[in-house]
Amino acid sequence: MSEAAVLERPIAPSGSHAPDMRLTSALLYLDDVQVTFDGYRALRGLSLTLDKGEMRAIIGPNGAGKTTMMDCITGKTRPDTGRIVFDGIVDLTKLDEPAIADLGIGRKFQKPTVFESHTVADNILLALKGPRAAFASLFGWRNRVEAEKIERLLTKVGLIEHRSRPAADLSHGQKQWLEIGMLLAQDPKLLLVDEPVAGMTDHETAETATLLREIAKDHAVVVIEHDMHFVRALQCRVSCLHEGSVLAEGSIDVVSADPKVVEVYLGR
Amino acid sequence: MSPPRASLVDTKGWIMLAAIAAACIAVPVFNLAVPEGSALHLPTYLVSLFGKYLAFALLAVALDLVWGYCGILSLGHGAFFGLGGYAMGMYLMRQIGPRGVYGNPILPDFMVFLNYKELPWYWLGFDWFPFAALMVLAVPGLLGFLFGWLAFRSRVTGVYLSIITQALTYALMLAFFRNDMGLGGNNGLTDFKDILGFPVQAQGVRVALFLATALALALGYLVARLMTVTAYGKILIAVRDAESRTRFLGYRPEHFKTLAFTVSAMMAGVAGALYVPQVGIINPGEFAPTNSIEAVIWVAVGGRGTLVGAALGAVLVNYAKTVLTGALPDAWLFGLGALFVLVTLFMPKGIVGTLVEHFGSRRAAAKLPPAPEIAPKLAEEGRG
Ligand SMILES: Nc1ncnc2c1ncn2[C@@H]1O[C@H](COP(=O)(O)OP(=O)(O)OP(=O)(O)O)[C@@H](O)[C@H]1O
Ligand SMILES: [Mg+2]
Repeated sequence: MSEAAVLERPIAPSGSHAPDMRLTSALLYLDDVQVTFDGYRALRGLSLTLDKGEMRAIIGPNGAGKTTMMDCITGKTRPDTGRIVFDGIVDLTKLDEPAIADLGIGRKFQKPTVFESHTVADNILLALKGPRAAFASLFGWRNRVEAEKIERLLTKVGLIEHRSRPAADLSHGQKQWLEIGMLLAQDPKLLLVDEPVAGMTDHETAETATLLREIAKDHAVVVIEHDMHFVRALQCRVSCLHEGSVLAEGSIDVVSADPKVVEVYLGR
Repeated sequence: MSPPRASLVDTKGWIMLAAIAAACIAVPVFNLAVPEGSALHLPTYLVSLFGKYLAFALLAVALDLVWGYCGILSLGHGAFFGLGGYAMGMYLMRQIGPRGVYGNPILPDFMVFLNYKELPWYWLGFDWFPFAALMVLAVPGLLGFLFGWLAFRSRVTGVYLSIITQALTYALMLAFFRNDMGLGGNNGLTDFKDILGFPVQAQGVRVALFLATALALALGYLVARLMTVTAYGKILIAVRDAESRTRFLGYRPEHFKTLAFTVSAMMAGVAGALYVPQVGIINPGEFAPTNSIEAVIWVAVGGRGTLVGAALGAVLVNYAKTVLTGALPDAWLFGLGALFVLVTLFMPKGIVGTLVEHFGSRRAAAKLPPAPEIAPKLAEEGRG
């Protein structure tokens, strides 16, 4: 981690709405994040706080900026202004993708992105937490991973039968599961999961919800989803994004009853 | 049950190593043991011709390491080959000693001719073989490292990268053509006499050079395999197919690519160093962009991403070149172009890639990295 990314002062609460204890102990703290693409303001002062061990669902219409928010957290997009503080001390906007991944932030992409020419098992192998330097991977630890370790993870995501198949041959839904398996292998502190159940049957969706709830027992998780049944099944706080900032936040019942949310999102 | 680990040498690798071993027995026997009058005698000029093919095969393996497994379509590998060749050429020049036309014990003929008073600093040490051998590795390696570090850190990929590699070798060609480079200008380095104290033209030395090249090819193949079957190699392939995704797992693709590119450049340098004593000359023509492009065609013909195919392609295409330029000197470039088009259209996986598909069991095929198409794939941005 670079020195520049470590904040000099502890975070002081910027708004009056948040109690200060929570801000310093938050795992992830987005503070007034702005992103502009060719004049289009994708994020307009987005602020969000995620506690250690918390699971949060993010909903909102297409183009609300949900994926852009994950891009900012993971270093893919650099915000124009604003801070993103991880673990109370690290400013993520100063780091690049590998450094952020190294801190313990893992991501599943909206369009499932796996290594197509590798087998399912090798996809997990490459994701496994451990040294990632070039020389280390030539002779080191990753060449001696026990098969059981990989197989346990594949059993968990229901892909054990497919372990020797090239990932390219998997269905869309199976690729989603594989990417979740890769996230588990990374064992990050914070998991960012973008639309995990797109392309899944109702049964698979329910299973994914169960799996994510289990993961959330010892990890912080942010899940973006449009499927409201699924979001309800996650049993967690919900933030609704709209036009690049948070429109409403609270339990699923509160958020889905909010007239603003109904108007811009649920009511359509 | 765990999925079978890829072994260092696979079936096609064993076939290649066996073929190399057979050549290492057959060539000395038919050249040295079979008397010259016999119909079975292998003339010494053919020994050196075969040695040249094997040096090209090593260059092809080096190129396949970066192109096949890393997606870097280098159109400038001739630069590393040429630099290795020049390092060897400088050693061979210093071995001439006072036997040059001008009889100067220190300065090579071309320097006397150009009125040099003393040896330029960068020629120092080249009279000592271990130093020259080190330079054969270090000069191409350093250039490959610097080039890779700059290009991959700035995330230059695809066609742009290919164009700069081509520019690199072109720039070197222009530089080496100049007389004040102190490397022989357009005549290059030639008229070699001795290598390690033995006359470079002698029959036994020719056979020894052939054997050394065969050994280097086998070692180069093993190094390339080591770099592709380990976790490192899997990450390299992941970088080839979805570079940005690897970054979100915490890998730094530029480090992986730079390491592979550096090793590949060193291998190409060794190939060049073995080529020079067998052909007896090195000149700036070795840096010509067409040479690097020809190497790409060898790999494509043999089968990109198979290593063995790269070596086979180099030998076959160069054999065809020898035959065709002998029969119809003007037709070679057309033949080469036609070959490339035909392979691209009808055998996109190359000879070995196609054979593996046909004969390999499904299981073996699943273990192989799929032979990608010939057209360079532009880095795919995994926009979530
Ligand atoms: N790299 C980019 N370049 C230009 N515009 C972008 C880029 N990324 C996102 N945008 C724009 O920013 C806005 C927010 O996009 P984003 O992908 O964050 O929406 P989202 O909330 O994830 O929507 P969805 O539910 O459809 O996935 C959109 O209008 C999108 O077109
Ligand atoms: Mg999105």
